[in-house]
Amino acid sequence: MLIITCPWCGARPEVEFRYGGEAHIARPADPSALTDAEWADFLYNRTNPKGLHAERWRHIHGCGRYFNALRDTVSDFFVTTYKAGEKRPDIDASSGGSK
Amino acid sequence: MVESAAVTASLAPARPLGALAAASRVLPAARLTALGDAARLVFRGREAAIGPAGEAFGVALPREACRFNAGNGRFAFWLGPDEWLLLAPGAEPAPLFAAIEAATAGLPHSLVDVSARSVGIELAGDKAAFVLNQGNPLDLSLDAFPVGMCTRTVFHKAEIVLVRHAPDVFHIDVWRSFAPYVWELLEDARRELA
Repeated sequence: MLIITCPWCGARPEVEFRYGGEAHIARPADPSALTDAEWADFLYNRTNPKGLHAERWRHIHGCGRYFNALRDTVSDFFVTTYKAGEKRPDIDASSGGSK
Repeated sequence: MVESAAVTASLAPARPLGALAAASRVLPAARLTALGDAARLVFRGREAAIGPAGEAFGVALPREACRFNAGNGRFAFWLGPDEWLLLAPGAEPAPLFAAIEAATAGLPHSLVDVSARSVGIELAGDKAAFVLNQGNPLDLSLDAFPVGMCTRTVFHKAEIVLVRHAPDVFHIDVWRSFAPYVWELLEDARRELA
């Protein structure tokens, strides 16, 4: 079973977690000023990278908190996890993402 | 006309584990006990309200992740960075609720009486951790899950709060509609031992 490290609770089995989509996507401050294309881009378009991906996870059957994770989409390896609100750690795909 | 006593009796709280506990076999390696009624309050609050809430409850709210404090037969379980489950076995929830509300008046917080939401199960004995691990993937060794630890987790498909009171004594708090499911799966795991 995949082990995910919750920033609050520590290493936990994956069945306690739920995926929450791509991280660091801020809602536009003034949606009515956006064109339809820009709004659609915010709503639907995601980066879908091959390699490191910053994404939200929720420790739903634990502390209940959302946090962010850097996961390699090729190997499914969690490079690191960090609390919601913190900046994305400066890690590139070559530093251990393909374990 | 209906007898008033009969009406009251029909409104007595349902005991989801009553029949199951009565039919349960005694097994010293993994004793299973349905715990009695308790006052349960869920407290969530910002920094300023945490101290006063603990004082009013009589047990300080633990600030370390996944730990609980106990005193005077009451327990304060850490469930999240701003969330605690306050458990007082055998107590009436209303006076506790009022006392904590009074102590935290004006401070941002939420206090909810969830006494009727869940029921307690105690699992004790040498094989208690083994039995739990049939439906729970956590490492229950004393290094990874020491005495004094509590956490929300899962048992098969049900969410539970799991507490370790002693090396071989666990307390499970489970939502009452899931209680027979958890109980029967614990019984199923115990079957291997006798």
